[in-house]
Amino acid sequence: MSDITKHVSSGTLRNSFERRSVILGGLQATIGILLAARMSWIALAQNEKYTTQAESNRVNLTLIPPRRGLILDRNGAELASNRGDYRVDIVPDRLVDSDRTITELGRLLQLTEIQIVDLKDKLEKSHGFQPVEVAAGLTSDQVAGISVRLPDLPGVLAQRSYSRFYPTGPSVGHLIGYVGAASAKDYEKDRNPLLVTPGFKIGKDGLEKQFEVSLRGSPGARRSEVTASGRVVRDLESRDDTPGSAIKLTINGPLQDYASRRIGLESGAVVVMDCLNGDILAMASMPSFDPNSFSDGIGRIEWKMLSDDDHVPLRNKVLRGLFPPGSTVKPAVALAFLEAGLDPQASVSCGGGLRVGNRVFHCWNRRGHGTVNMAKAIYQSCDVYFYHFAQKIGMQKIADMCRRVGLGEEFDLPVAGQSYGTVPDPAWKQKKYSKPWAVFDTVNATIGQGYMLVNPLQQAVMAARIASGKLLNPRLLFDQKVTPAASLGFSQEHLDFVHQAMSDVVNGPGTAGKARLPVPGVLLAGKTGTAQVVGLNISSGKTGPWKYRDHGHFICFAPHDTPRYACAVVVQHGGGSGAAYPIARDVMTFLYDPAKAMDVLRGMESGWGGTPQERLRSKYRAYETRLGTTAPKAADEEDSAKRDARANLVETAPQTAQTAAADSRLDDDAPGAAAQRSDGTPLPAPAAETPATAAPAPPASTGNTTP
Amino acid sequence: MRLGLVPRPIADLPWRALVPLTLLMGFGATVLYSAAGGSFSPWAGAHLVRYSVFLTMALIMSRLPKDLFKWSAYPVYIALIILLILVELIGGIGKGSQRWLNLGFMTLQPSELMKPAIVLALARFYDSLPPTMTQNWRALAPVGAILGLPALLVMLQPDLGTGLAICFGAGVVIFLAGLPMPWFVGAGVAGAAIAPLAFFTLLHGYQRNRVLVFLDPENDPLGTGYHITQSKIAIGSGGLTGKGFGQGSQSGLGYLPESHTDFVFATMAEQWGLLGGLVVIGIFMFILRWGLQVARGAPDRFSSLLAAGMTATVFFYMAINLMMVMGLAPVVGIPLPFMSHGGSSMLTNMICLGTIMAVDRWSRRSHGLGQG
Repeated sequence: MSDITKHVSSGTLRNSFERRSVILGGLQATIGILLAARMSWIALAQNEKYTTQAESNRVNLTLIPPRRGLILDRNGAELASNRGDYRVDIVPDRLVDSDRTITELGRLLQLTEIQIVDLKDKLEKSHGFQPVEVAAGLTSDQVAGISVRLPDLPGVLAQRSYSRFYPTGPSVGHLIGYVGAASAKDYEKDRNPLLVTPGFKIGKDGLEKQFEVSLRGSPGARRSEVTASGRVVRDLESRDDTPGSAIKLTINGPLQDYASRRIGLESGAVVVMDCLNGDILAMASMPSFDPNSFSDGIGRIEWKMLSDDDHVPLRNKVLRGLFPPGSTVKPAVALAFLEAGLDPQASVSCGGGLRVGNRVFHCWNRRGHGTVNMAKAIYQSCDVYFYHFAQKIGMQKIADMCRRVGLGEEFDLPVAGQSYGTVPDPAWKQKKYSKPWAVFDTVNATIGQGYMLVNPLQQAVMAARIASGKLLNPRLLFDQKVTPAASLGFSQEHLDFVHQAMSDVVNGPGTAGKARLPVPGVLLAGKTGTAQVVGLNISSGKTGPWKYRDHGHFICFAPHDTPRYACAVVVQHGGGSGAAYPIARDVMTFLYDPAKAMDVLRGMESGWGGTPQERLRSKYRAYETRLGTTAPKAADEEDSAKRDARANLVETAPQTAQTAAADSRLDDDAPGAAAQRSDGTPLPAPAAETPATAAPAPPASTGNTTP
Repeated sequence: MRLGLVPRPIADLPWRALVPLTLLMGFGATVLYSAAGGSFSPWAGAHLVRYSVFLTMALIMSRLPKDLFKWSAYPVYIALIILLILVELIGGIGKGSQRWLNLGFMTLQPSELMKPAIVLALARFYDSLPPTMTQNWRALAPVGAILGLPALLVMLQPDLGTGLAICFGAGVVIFLAGLPMPWFVGAGVAGAAIAPLAFFTLLHGYQRNRVLVFLDPENDPLGTGYHITQSKIAIGSGGLTGKGFGQGSQSGLGYLPESHTDFVFATMAEQWGLLGGLVVIGIFMFILRWGLQVARGAPDRFSSLLAAGMTATVFFYMAINLMMVMGLAPVVGIPLPFMSHGGSSMLTNMICLGTIMAVDRWSRRSHGLGQG
């Protein structure tokens, strides 16, 4: 070391500096060349890649959700339309401060506390890429307030859009269904970017779901230049959307609305059909939901309202409600008797009951009807007449006739599912229960009790087929090709006989005198039905707990001699047919004299608390006041659908057992008859098995539901 | 050699620096003009005004005598150390990191001024150190203190970029002062060994993150990696000739962050392409080459160390900034000299250049004396 040190002088240092500064210069030059090379590589070799990335930065491609196809009634009136408005969405992925954003939106849009809680629920459930609707149906003023704040609210979108609008709300809820944002499952099935475009809705139920493909249309697109913060600088080009194609229904819109509203506070269904071609003019199921308020998802209050309601507002009872038809099957059974060669004048003496084997089956009228021929058996709904002759004719002929007129049938309709019920016969019982057919089974079935289960649509078809004598099939799409209905092969003489007897039910000495139409020159022909739900040992059926009350039925057509319209009304647990035929009368009146019918309805609605839509709104407000934000979280829609399906099974299965008692009931409007009851001893045979297997079993095991 | 037509004071100006510098500054102003969406405010105008002010300052500096530089070296250094401590104290009272002192009429960033000051102090130190002592520990131990104190204070702020810049300028001076080569090789090896250790212990979380993101920018496309990715997109999409003046979408639409400060080169490259970039790199190389030439031609040890150290400081700014915008270095907040908007960095760089000009002037005068 000291050796070197000695030689170091300012001269050597100077030399060292010269050498080392060259090294430094070399380093600088190397870095310079490296930078030039690197830049050339990025700008030339990778130019294409980065140009593409710059373009994808600069240009934002937005899908414009297509306007949904209209759903029109037979006269072209809109049952479902689109309303232009403004909407605000959140894209959860792009949220920075979720809580602050929600608070800010709540302030700007004046959201209620419950709306904010619902929004938080939705955000919690959402999957980052799915837009969450904050509010729709906004005015441009409301959106203007948001728009200026958008730069501070990343993840929030405000835009013009179209909202689905159902002018008659709850009246078409079950028929048309509703729309909503695509779920994560929908998106997994179909990786279409349209599904996660804010403002896009897909059909969730009913016709909206069935005709999703044709109603959807194809989206438009807009290419726009956007800044990094998402502000649109200018639109570059845009392609308009192609609206979905409209579908035209056979439904008569005003009639549909009237029928739905006329059901009032009851739980029930009304179906009106055209006897000439099978057109379904109305298909109402109540209580219902307002499809307008479902499109933003089911909130906490709505969920609580739905789950509290024992009237099952989410079930379309026209297609999925199964009921024992009660005495409404009697005209069909009478036709079977006539075809089998029974003389309509052949009579029995009704003393209020009939001994079958070691049991007495009672007539609904315990005092008896005296001498009863076929006409009287229909208009007075005498059970003993049918007990007697059904045993003579045999179950097979009766069951065949029931199927001919449409019971147990699944119709070719664009609907999500029909519960088609059961028309029992010996082969069916053998297969289902491995037990031979018994005489009391025939006795039960002939008055529409026991194993027999039908839905309201089948009852309407039955009415229309008996009225016309033709093999009418229900039709829902207006533009569908009409094939002239074939004859059912009844003799006109038999039909005329049954028609007259049914007219006498209303216009003669029958059970539904109050169903007479207030329309001059038009006579209504009908048949009442009261179906027992539980044995008399549990409930009288008229009063008491709602779920034990009898179902009320009425099938009818008008005019009685040249049938044009057929109608079926079911009032679930209505306490008897007296709950059903006034509804049928008013609905049929509406077809001939809408003004008169509306007057009646308005009077009733003022007592009920308004139209169904108004009642739903005030119920919502009441729940909101009572529960506030403490209502439980809404479950997924899929879950609620399953829940409903289970409820369906639990409810229908026991009916088979409990109503098996030989008891048809109260087919009249005579109050005195209410006291007359059979003892209603339950039959042991099916009762032991059915509830045990039905309750936990999947739908297939009941064998009467198609998904 | 000189044309008689040009008056002597004008001809005496350091044109080899002034011409490329003014070109670069003008180019920077056009880029800032376009980055503001075609407006002189808020950046381009201020840029030009600052340039005029600081250039005047540099020219005045270039006329100062060598003795004044020598005399002021330690007082300036000590004053800046005091300011750095002051900044640290104020930062401790307030919240978070503080790098500025608000003087009322301007904000002063002492760490910036420390870059040329450390070079000056070390040049002064080695000038006064007897040549024989350069080969033993006495050449290094005091330097360790002179460099260590400010470097530590700046790193504490924490300002890694400036800290490294101070160390680099000082390192170059030490290297050129003729200390034994094995020391540097040893320091290099030791540095390579310590770096990973320092990475995990000394760096702050966000600094470590920046390094990690630099190694894999796509890993964090919306966080720190966003800067690098967007910068590369801007440069890459510019291609050979660029998108045209004022046509950059990356900077114009706000995708490129810091488009007027740290990433001004990417803003430029998007509009002017590779050609613009090569011009800028070329001008820098020209200025740096001039700086080293001045250093080599300097009449004495102090002057040459001073000029070389100042050149190295400017070089460090440029190299780190360009490597950063091209994705070759982690994101450290170092602006591009003479092009980025920002007063502090322009002041520092102008001090560096003014000093080199002064050295140039001293050497010309000594040559002139020698010759005539």
